[in-house]
Amino acid sequence: MIKEFQKVMRQNIREYGMYIALFVIMAIFTLTTKGVFISSRNVANLINQTGYIAVLAVGMTLVIVIRHIDLSVGFLAGFLGAIGAIAMASWGWSGPAAVGLVLILGIVAGLGTAFLVAKLGIPSFVATLAGWLIYRGALLLVTLKTGTIIIDNNFFNALGNGNVPDLLGKLKFLEGVHKLTLLLGLLAILYFIYSEIRTRRTKLAYNFEVLSAGMLTVKIVFIAAVMCCVTWVLAGYNGISWTLVIVGVVVVIYDFVTTQTVLGRHIYAVGGNPDAAELSGISVKKITFVVFGSMGLLAGLSGILFASRLQSATTTAGTLFELDAIAAAFIGGASAAGGVGKVTGSIIGALVYMSLTSGMNLMGIDISSQYIVRGAALAAAVIFDVSTRRGRK
Amino acid sequence: MNASILEMKDITKTFPGVKALSKVSFQVAEGEIHCLVGENGAGKSTLMKVLSGVHPFGSYTGDILFNGTVQEFGGISHSEKVGIAIIHQELALVPDMTVYENILLGHEIRKGIAIDWNETIRRASEMLKKVGLDLNPATLVKDLGVGKQQLVEIAKALSRDVKLLILDEPTAALNEDDCDNLLMLMDGLRKQGVTCVLISHKLKEVIRIADKVTVLRDGQTVCTLDAAKGEVTESALIKHMVGREIDDIFPKRSHVRSEEVVLEVSNWSADTAQRSVLKDISFTLKKGEIIGFAGLMGSGRTELARSIFGNPDGYKLRGEMRVKGVKRNLGSPSEAIKAGIAYASEDRKGNGLVLIQDVKQNITLANLKALAKRGVVDQNAEVKVANGYKTALNIKTPSVEQIVGHLSGGNQQKVSVAKWLFVNPDVLILDEPTRGIDVGAKFEIYTIMNKLVEKGMSIIMISSELPEVLGMSDRVYVVSSGRLAGELPIAQATQEVIMQMATSC
Repeated sequence: MIKEFQKVMRQNIREYGMYIALFVIMAIFTLTTKGVFISSRNVANLINQTGYIAVLAVGMTLVIVIRHIDLSVGFLAGFLGAIGAIAMASWGWSGPAAVGLVLILGIVAGLGTAFLVAKLGIPSFVATLAGWLIYRGALLLVTLKTGTIIIDNNFFNALGNGNVPDLLGKLKFLEGVHKLTLLLGLLAILYFIYSEIRTRRTKLAYNFEVLSAGMLTVKIVFIAAVMCCVTWVLAGYNGISWTLVIVGVVVVIYDFVTTQTVLGRHIYAVGGNPDAAELSGISVKKITFVVFGSMGLLAGLSGILFASRLQSATTTAGTLFELDAIAAAFIGGASAAGGVGKVTGSIIGALVYMSLTSGMNLMGIDISSQYIVRGAALAAAVIFDVSTRRGRK
Repeated sequence: MNASILEMKDITKTFPGVKALSKVSFQVAEGEIHCLVGENGAGKSTLMKVLSGVHPFGSYTGDILFNGTVQEFGGISHSEKVGIAIIHQELALVPDMTVYENILLGHEIRKGIAIDWNETIRRASEMLKKVGLDLNPATLVKDLGVGKQQLVEIAKALSRDVKLLILDEPTAALNEDDCDNLLMLMDGLRKQGVTCVLISHKLKEVIRIADKVTVLRDGQTVCTLDAAKGEVTESALIKHMVGREIDDIFPKRSHVRSEEVVLEVSNWSADTAQRSVLKDISFTLKKGEIIGFAGLMGSGRTELARSIFGNPDGYKLRGEMRVKGVKRNLGSPSEAIKAGIAYASEDRKGNGLVLIQDVKQNITLANLKALAKRGVVDQNAEVKVANGYKTALNIKTPSVEQIVGHLSGGNQQKVSVAKWLFVNPDVLILDEPTRGIDVGAKFEIYTIMNKLVEKGMSIIMISSELPEVLGMSDRVYVVSSGRLAGELPIAQATQEVIMQMATSC
C-alpha cells in the first residue's frame, strides 16, 4: 500500500506538486493572517477575483499548447467589456443581448488573429502585439467622451457580484448557512465517488491496470474531505457566486474537450509535432483557427466578468490580464515547447497566482514586494517543472 | 609519392547496440584527392565525424596521426585549429548574412574591439577569387544558388589556412554545371597543395578526379585503389562497394499479386518557385505488390512520395494520378488518407511521431474518428486497439502508455507502421522503413510488410539500402536527380545495374 502510494506520487509528481503548492500557500497565509485568509468572505472574494483571469488562462493554455502566444487578450477583454457597457448604457440593449454581442465579437476577434497567424504566417507574438496596441487604442477611443461608463443592469452586474439564491433558505436548521450550496456540494461529492467507482469498473472489464481497492478508498476519502471543506467554507458566506458557476462550466467543458474528444487530441498532436500532425491528416490551420477563436470567446467572457465586477467599463480595464493569464498557464504546467498543458492545471495556476495577491494584500505587503514574490513563484514553478520532467527521462 | 598527411589506424566506434566502425584504417597522402566511397550506412560519415572531433577522443578507439603527430580532438574547434575543415552536406551558412560575413564568421578580423569591415571584405574577395567565384561579397547568401553557396563554404574553409579539406557529398544537390565547376576547383586546389578528401556516391566524378579511392563496407575498410595504377574503374568500385551476396534476412512470401492497378501516376512533375524537383515521372502499383524506389539520397524519392500524399510542401504539380482508377487531385494529407493512401515518413522523429505523447496516442492519431462517438474518444477501446498492435507487431514497450520518445528506433518504427495500419490504407508508402534499426527489427518489419501485401495492401518502399530493395520488391524503379532512370523487373535487378542507373543523371 505504501509502495503503491509512492509509485502513484512519483508518476504524478508534476500534477500533485501544484496542488501541494496551493495548499502550502493557503496554509501560510491562513497562519500569517490569523485565519482571515481562509474565512468564507475572503475565499468568496478570491474566487470572484480569480474568475476573469481563470477563463483567460483556460484559453491561453490551448494557445500555448499549439506553440503560440496571445498578448492581445487583456485589452481585447477590456475593449469588449466597454462595448457591452455601451450597448446597455447608450443603445438600451438588455443584459443577455449585450453578453451575446460581446461573446460573438470575441470569437470574431480571435478568428482575425488566427487569420494572421495561420493564413498569412505572421508569428503569433507579433500579430497579437499589434492586437494589444489596437485594442488598447480602441478601448481608449470608445471611452474617450464618457470616461468610465457606469453599468446599471442587474442581470449583467450579478455575473461578477451576485450569488446563486438560497432556494432552501427557509428551512429551519443551520441558520446563516447557505443550504443550497451544501446540497450542491453534497451532490458533487456523490457524483465524484460514483464516477471514480464506475471508471474503475470499466477498466477492470477491459483488464486494465487500476488502483487497488484500498488505495482508491484513500483517494476518494481524501478528495471528498477537501470538497467538504470547500463547500462548508463557501456556504458560510453568501454561497456559490455566479462567477464560480460560469468558471466551473467553462472548466468542465474545456477539460472534457481537451481530454475526451477527437478535437482535443488533435490540438495536443499539433502542439507536440505539427509536421507529424499534418502528415497524419490533421489540418494545423483548422486547429489554429479553433484555438484562437476559443481564446477570443473567453477574452469576451473575461471582459464581461471584469466589467460586471466593477459595475462599469473603465479606460484601463484589462491592463496586464494577458500576462497574468500566461503566468497562470505556465505555473499550471504548460510547456513553451508545446504539446503539454492541462486546463485544470491552469485553473490551479490561476488560483495560486491570485492567492498570492490576495494573501499579501491581507497582510498589508506593499505592491512592489508583491510583484517580486509573484515573479519568484513563477520562476519556482517553471524550475520545478523543468527538473521533474528531466528526472523522469 | 608524398608523405602521408593523415593516418587513421584501427578506428573502432560503437554506438549503443551497433558497431559503426570496426578497425578502419585510412591513409591520405599530402596533396592528393582521396575519395571515400561506400553504400549508405557503410560508415563514411561516422569516420569523418571521428576525424573532425564531432565524436571526441575517448568515444572511439584507435589512433589519428595528422602531420605525423598523434591527435586527440575534443571537438570541431580543436580539429579546425590544426587545419582540418569539413564541409557537410547540409551547408552551415547563415542565409541572412552577406557572403563576406559568412566567410569570416567565427574568425572575424578585429581592429581594437570592433570588426574591421574593410579588411574583412578585402580578405573575403581574395578567397572568392581563389574559388573562382565572381560575385559581390555583399550579396546575401540566401540569394545564391546551392552551387555557389557550396563554393562560399569552401572559401570559408580556405580563409582558415586549411591543410585538409573534407567534402561530404558536395555534389549531391548540384546540377551538372555546378558539379563541373566544383571538380575543376578541386583540381585547382590540388595544384595549390591542398589535400582533399571527397565523399561521393557519384562514381563518375570519383573516377574523374580521384588519385586514390578507399572503399568502406559495413564499417570496415575493404581496400584502397590507386588511380595511377589504373585500379579505379566503375566495375571495380561497384564490386567492392556491394561486395556481399544477399543473405536470407528477407522472409519469403507467397505471391498473391493481382493485375488490378491501385495507383497510377503519369507524367508527374513538381516544381518550387526556384527549381524543378521532379520531372515527368510515371509508374504504376498493383494490388498486393511491393514496389521499390531505389536511388541516392536527395534523388527526389521522398519528394515524390510527399507530392503524392497530398503535397504538404506545396509544390506546383503537373501530371495525373489515379487511385483505383479514379482521377484524384489531393490537396492535403487528410484528403490523401481518405483516398486510401498512407505515408510513413523517413524522419520518424522529425515528422513521423509525436515523441512527447505515448504509444497509444501515436497509433490512433491518424484515425481517431474511428474510436469516437460524436467526437468523444472511447479511451478504453483505444488502449485495446493499441495493445492489439503491440502484440501483432511485437512492439517492445512496458505498456502502451509509454512515451514514444523513450522507445528504441526499431520500436518507434513499428509504432509508426502501426499508426498507418490502423488507418488501413490501400496504398502504404514506407520511406526508409528500416533506417537506423538493427537486423532483428528489420526482419520483423519485412515480415509485417509481407503479411500486409498478402492481405491485399500495396506497398511503395523507398530505400537507400540496395539489398533491401532487391530482397523485398516485386519491381524496382530507380530515381536519379528527380527523374525516373528506369524500371526493372526484380529478375533483372542487380545492385550493379541499380547503382549504374542511380548515378546516371
